Amino acid sequence: MLETKIAQPSNTRKAAETVVEASDLSLTFQTNDGPVHALSDVSLSIGKGEFVSFIGPSGCGKTTFLRVIADLEQPTSGAISVNGMTPSQARENRAYGYVFQAAALYPWRTIDRNVALPLEIMGIPRAEQKERVARTLELVNLTGFEKKFPWQLSGGMQQRASIARALAFDADLLLMDEPFGALDEIVRDHLNEQLLDLWARTNKTICFVTHSIPEAVYLSTKIVVMSPRPGRVTDVIESTLPAERPLDIRETPEFLAIAARVRDGLRAGHSYDD
Amino acid sequence: MNTFRPSWQAILCVLAIIGALFTLPAAGGEAAIADSDNLLVALALLFIGAAGSSIGLAAGVVALLLFITAHGAAWMLVTGIAGGEGTAGLSYFLMLTGAWLLAWRLVSVLSGLKLPHKALAFGMRLLVPAIFGVWILILWEAIVRGAGVPFILLPPPSAIAARMASSVPVLAADVSQTIFKAVLVGYVMGCTAGFVAAVLADRFLFLRRGLLPIGNMVSALPIIGIAPIMVMWFGFDWPSKAAVVVVMTFFPMLVNTVAGLAASGSMERDLMRTYASSYWQTLFKLRLPAAAPFIFNALKINSTLALIGAIVAEFFGTPIVGMGFRISTEVGRMNVDMVWAEIAVAALAGSVFYGVIALIERGVTFWHPSIRGG
Repeated sequence: MLETKIAQPSNTRKAAETVVEASDLSLTFQTNDGPVHALSDVSLSIGKGEFVSFIGPSGCGKTTFLRVIADLEQPTSGAISVNGMTPSQARENRAYGYVFQAAALYPWRTIDRNVALPLEIMGIPRAEQKERVARTLELVNLTGFEKKFPWQLSGGMQQRASIARALAFDADLLLMDEPFGALDEIVRDHLNEQLLDLWARTNKTICFVTHSIPEAVYLSTKIVVMSPRPGRVTDVIESTLPAERPLDIRETPEFLAIAARVRDGLRAGHSYDD
Repeated sequence: MNTFRPSWQAILCVLAIIGALFTLPAAGGEAAIADSDNLLVALALLFIGAAGSSIGLAAGVVALLLFITAHGAAWMLVTGIAGGEGTAGLSYFLMLTGAWLLAWRLVSVLSGLKLPHKALAFGMRLLVPAIFGVWILILWEAIVRGAGVPFILLPPPSAIAARMASSVPVLAADVSQTIFKAVLVGYVMGCTAGFVAAVLADRFLFLRRGLLPIGNMVSALPIIGIAPIMVMWFGFDWPSKAAVVVVMTFFPMLVNTVAGLAASGSMERDLMRTYASSYWQTLFKLRLPAAAPFIFNALKINSTLALIGAIVAEFFGTPIVGMGFRISTEVGRMNVDMVWAEIAVAALAGSVFYGVIALIERGVTFWHPSIRGG
């Protein structure tokens, strides 16, 4: 196993406080075709305010790792803490918001009531619900669509509504599992820009799973490159890009150098397989 | 724009008119109907309808013309046969066919109309099936009377309607006994019990393992077998019929609700888990709304099952009122028009019952692709 490599912090955002700390984390699924090693000895630490991307081919365990943080999967061995608690305690404390691959909005609820869903479950008073829904919808530029049903909106707007839903209860940690995977390039660029803007304004910690190298490099302060069978971390890259990132930063040599390193990391993971 | 463009219905109608002309009593055909003036008027109406619909008039005018001529001709034929039932000749049936063809043309013209207002379009959605239904009755009436079908085999709809009009109090008492007591009480109890059992089976594994197979067996019980037993248990009056309805409606509701509770997606359920939502919160905010289309399916299936169950159960012992009781006794007394009257009332009540539930379903599951259309 490659040691996770901690580069010098290049970003002033990086704080001392650790949000997620995993050490020697392994997870094996028992399937009919024998055991599948989804995660193998993954050690990683994510600091407060970081934007961490997980990138790798299908089956490398990046989604599984996110689901372990969220207490949706149980690790087979190793230790993980979220906000200093077990993932299960963190979930009970509503420590994180989770954005799935699809919007997963409830079609019988209007957009504002979808965003209010976690608030209802957490028993937040109605007046405050209203105020928070209005605020988060504004954050994702969906003001004016409160009374629409999800199936009346485009895919990009639906995904923005689901991000608003994850933001509504103000958890400090945002877990995003390929949220823009199903969207086209143009909408994706736009949402990436908005996401960076939102991250800058809210100062949340974001864990972001993606397939796309440019997306990972553009968004992240830290890129975790993973490889499959068994799922493991092959490289951890601290981004040297400035906090202010216009879309055309993707043409700069600095950006391309980081992208090349990510690609090398992915290729190294693949050659192991052959 | 006057262009001669006959529809195939109009062409066939004209052929029927020509055929009828050659087989008229005056032209040496067999005795057609008692009043041959009516026959001539019907012939003239048919010709006007067939010709008028073929000369390129506006669709609305054609529809009006067809409406008047088709129904006018049918009226002439049916009133003309009065007193001479069973004597109708070939010309009568040819003209009936002609009138039916014009009505067919009318329905296809109406279906193709483009209406500017929503209200008009809605009216048309009701009018087209109404014309369909009326023509089933017209053909039934005209054929039964023209061919002289024995009353005991199939009474004409007019006789059934007359019987219904003259026995309103009896029918009302039967409806109140069978539908408002047995069916409604049994339906509400059976559906509620099935629903509650499904939620409990979902909550507790031992119930899911134990109750579902038993429920399956209950659904296989023959209603003919359990009805007399329910009469012994709950007496002759409506509670025993309601009990039969409960047994019949319980299982469809149980299996549909169980299937519906499993219908929500894994992503949606994971979402609730990330909110640390309790079992009941997940049930009420996610799984029951997602199950609503299944539950309404069960409610619709049960609405017809309940009616059948209550009527059949009355065959096995009942006070001297009720729709099933009336059907079984009036058949014995050869009063088939009364039997048909009860059948008509049952069909009407069943349709209203079903329609009300379907309307509520549209309101509750408006979000489902099958209702919002896409």
